Amino acid sequence: MELLVASAIGILTAGGLYLVLRLRTFPVILGVSLLTYAVNVFLFASGRLTVGAPPILQDGVTNYADPVPQALVLTAIVISFGMTAVVVMISLGAFLGSDDDHVDDQPDETTGTPS
Amino acid sequence: MSLFLIVALPFFGALLPGLMNSAGRSACAGVTFTVTLAAFVGLLTNLPSIFAGEVIVARVDWMPSLGLNFTLMLDGLGFFFALLILGIGLLIIAYARNYLSRDDNMGEFFTYLLLFQGAMAGIVLSDNILLLLIFWEMTSLSSFLLIGFWKHLPEGRQGARMALTVTGMGGLSMIAGMLILGQIVGSYDLSVILQNRDLIQADALYVPALVLILLGCFAKSAQFPFHFWLPHAMAAPTPVSAYLHSATMVKAGIFLMARMWPVLSGTPEWFVIVTTAGLITMVLGAVIALFKHDLKALLAFSTVSHLGLITMLLGTGTAFGAMAAVFHILNHATFKAALFMSAGIIDHGAHTRDIRRLGGLRKLMPVTFIIASLAALSMAGIPLLNGFLSKEMMLEETYATVLFGMPWLVPALATFGSIFSAAYCFRLIGHVFFGPVRDDYPAAPHDPNLGLWLPPAVLVVLVVVIGLAPFVAEPFVKLVTASVLGDAATLPDVHIKIWHGLVPALYMSIIAVVGGLIMLAVFTPALRIWDRTPRPEAKAIFDSVVEAVARLAQALILPLHNGAFSRYAAIGAVTIFGAGFYAWTSGTVGVPTRAAQAAGPVAIAGWLMLVAATVGMVLLHRNRLLSLILIGIVGLMVSIGFVFFSAPDLAMTQFTVEVVTIILMLLALNFLPNNTPIESTVLRRTRDSAIAIMGGLATFALAYYYLLRDATGVPISEFHLANSYKGGGGTNVVNVILVDFRGFDTYGEIIVLGIAALLIYALTETLLSGPVRARLLNRKPDQPRAGDTHPMMMVVLTRVIMPVVLMVGFYIFLRGHNEPGGGFIAGLIVSIAVVMQYMASGFVWTSARLRYPYHGVIGAGVLIAGFTGMGSWFFGKPFLTSDFTYVRIPPFEKFELATAALFDLGVFLAVLGAVMLSLESLSRLARRAHMEDSEHPMDIDPSRDDTHLDTPETAKEGV
Repeated sequence: MELLVASAIGILTAGGLYLVLRLRTFPVILGVSLLTYAVNVFLFASGRLTVGAPPILQDGVTNYADPVPQALVLTAIVISFGMTAVVVMISLGAFLGSDDDHVDDQPDETTGTPS
Repeated sequence: MSLFLIVALPFFGALLPGLMNSAGRSACAGVTFTVTLAAFVGLLTNLPSIFAGEVIVARVDWMPSLGLNFTLMLDGLGFFFALLILGIGLLIIAYARNYLSRDDNMGEFFTYLLLFQGAMAGIVLSDNILLLLIFWEMTSLSSFLLIGFWKHLPEGRQGARMALTVTGMGGLSMIAGMLILGQIVGSYDLSVILQNRDLIQADALYVPALVLILLGCFAKSAQFPFHFWLPHAMAAPTPVSAYLHSATMVKAGIFLMARMWPVLSGTPEWFVIVTTAGLITMVLGAVIALFKHDLKALLAFSTVSHLGLITMLLGTGTAFGAMAAVFHILNHATFKAALFMSAGIIDHGAHTRDIRRLGGLRKLMPVTFIIASLAALSMAGIPLLNGFLSKEMMLEETYATVLFGMPWLVPALATFGSIFSAAYCFRLIGHVFFGPVRDDYPAAPHDPNLGLWLPPAVLVVLVVVIGLAPFVAEPFVKLVTASVLGDAATLPDVHIKIWHGLVPALYMSIIAVVGGLIMLAVFTPALRIWDRTPRPEAKAIFDSVVEAVARLAQALILPLHNGAFSRYAAIGAVTIFGAGFYAWTSGTVGVPTRAAQAAGPVAIAGWLMLVAATVGMVLLHRNRLLSLILIGIVGLMVSIGFVFFSAPDLAMTQFTVEVVTIILMLLALNFLPNNTPIESTVLRRTRDSAIAIMGGLATFALAYYYLLRDATGVPISEFHLANSYKGGGGTNVVNVILVDFRGFDTYGEIIVLGIAALLIYALTETLLSGPVRARLLNRKPDQPRAGDTHPMMMVVLTRVIMPVVLMVGFYIFLRGHNEPGGGFIAGLIVSIAVVMQYMASGFVWTSARLRYPYHGVIGAGVLIAGFTGMGSWFFGKPFLTSDFTYVRIPPFEKFELATAALFDLGVFLAVLGAVMLSLESLSRLARRAHMEDSEHPMDIDPSRDDTHLDTPETAKEGV
């Protein structure tokens, strides 16, 4: 199981990184989302993996999953929505303003330097 | 008056001129004057204590752990400088009211002036050197604004930039020096540092600290080789020059040298550096000043020269030298401010400051003539004026100073400098006021009104009074000198007298005056020689240095930082990988302590779906809609993973966030192109793949490593598990952490979320009010629209389901403290319910039924959470202390009431508002894109008579 989670984190990171390095805004946003998943799962996994023991206190139960990473990740998920929304809005504004959804400034054809 | 108030008054007062701007120029100047007067009077109330030899201290701990405290101290030296700053400030304000023209924004000017005044007062009253540094930098910034006040003048902007660069760099060096000093002593309090002379001077770091601090002082006080910025700063309005460059800003470096005198002076290093720099500056400034034709440039270089003189006196390290320095600071402030103001008056009257175009003003401007001549004669060192007294003391001191083993060197150079000093004073009087009245002045010179000549006249009265009756100033000078000396030396038992007898200083004085008259007589041939001598142009050197540094910075930075995000991302990824790799190889790798858990078929199936969706996204990302569907699968699998690994709260959050994120992306995709074209080369894709695989392997290795090992310490979660019910009253530990243990974090997070939503709103507003709006309105959809955009089935279904979803949200919210749920999840669920209405019936219909704006919802959420936190103050507890109790209202069962639930309500509202504001903003873009909006819940409504909407055009145009 540890192998599955760790490899899932690795694959999400690799996919996210590849997409982040693309040239258009939309794949970059998707890449950031994938990286968000990877980071959230990574943080969550730092509490180690526990099956069938949610941190809901019950009489007679002593073994619980680590609640602290869960609390951290919960807010991280919500915040990441806010950040994604901001990035989406900025890229949308840039596209609507210039009719160009490149992430980087495009070289100016007349001078050959980035405009 | 409290020292805090004296420093704070100008800062708070700086708000007023801007407000009073529309009330007229006099009101604006009046309020500034009043504020300064209040601080001035406040300062004077401390005079008795100062004369009694007390040191007044006001202290507030700010960051004690860093040694940074807001400590102010008022002793003789601080009082002296504060008196100059506020007193001359008053005169300058009165003068500036009459000097500035109607085109100048007076509110802006006085705001800057008060900021500067407050910063200067802060410097001279600080007892903590870190605090002093803060004020020090503030003077650099506010003087930048003042020098560049006439933004339309290129010289003003360049001069301001140069001043900021030089004094700012000096400030940086000063910070380093002060930090070293603080480290040596172990305290950043001046009062402690000043007690540790032996400790500091014995330390190996004494010389570096000394050099760094002196660099800062020299840069600020325009000492050689940093003297060049001061003349360029003369592009400022004259009141600024008179204020900054006679009495305040340039004296800050002098002040600090005087302040640090007890601990830094007396060593050979101090003596050689400070005396030499002062001497060179004094001679150089005096020689250049003589040949300047612009009145203000002449005065600027004479200021440089006099600052050099004071620096030299401080450098000698004797008590008598310090006393002469203090006295000359006072005298220089009086006659130089008067002269600057006179220069402004002449400029005002004759519309030129060029000495070559002036002359004969004695008869045309008699009042100005008297004021300027008295001040200039004092500067030249003519007896019965105050400049003579301190100059005499200076010459006496130089006579006893031996530099580089040559006893004649210092007196000879000082006399040489004094000859030129006298000469430029005589030139100022002779070439401006004497000579024939000309008929080619740019404007008819005339004496100004009272407001312009009274402020310099007040100063000239001081010049004469001190000059005639030095015993009036003597107690004060001695008091200030005593506080400069501290415990390092005893006050010299001398008296300031006009007649000392036939001493060497008198002969030197006579040589200077006579030499000055001779120089003036041979001025024309001397000027010819001067004009022919090649000289380095300071501004050109400065500009080329700045340009070279800028080029170097570009060469270093541009390859890394060229504005391309992809490049940053790649470099960042590789760097992080490198750092991690280094940590991995240089640390120790422990053995696994946890057994791997067996994976069942369900887990493997989930893993397969996640991997397949991720790989599919990478391969098919050019089809944007498809990749959006695939990322939905990834999110779903991650949510299921959370369920599987005992994190129900996370699963619910992830699942609901997933829904709103996909809606958001779909809205965006509505405008963006549907496909990503192939642009990058194979090489580039290979490189990106390599980086991606490398990063993936690294996170995999790290995650796998720690998943098989226990934490090295005891996790803090033990505490949370043990105290969740006892202390927080809830059994859902995750929720208790969010609303109770780490409530402050959560509070910050909902604020961040709210800010993000407002940012999105603001961006939308900007787009809709700019040129983008027209483009959106004229936009043609790139694919056919659905015939029935608001289908009846969906409308009916969402209406029916709305109360159900709200009920679920309510339930999830209420049970959150004990079972999976809580404000975050409930907020997301309710926002999905509302979003469904938007989707079913369109923007206009839904907005019309919206009773509260989403901004308000966010604000209410943050306020509720904040007030809940503050509630604990009333019970003497820290912010966000929670409490709970159990109540039983028959016939219900016993239930819990917790303040944390109120806090969670705030979280709920903030999340709801933020999500809705983000989505609503985006959909507003979509709304503008199309022509008509339906006010009806659905396009085809059998109960409605007007079915005109069901026409082909509108059916294609709907949202």
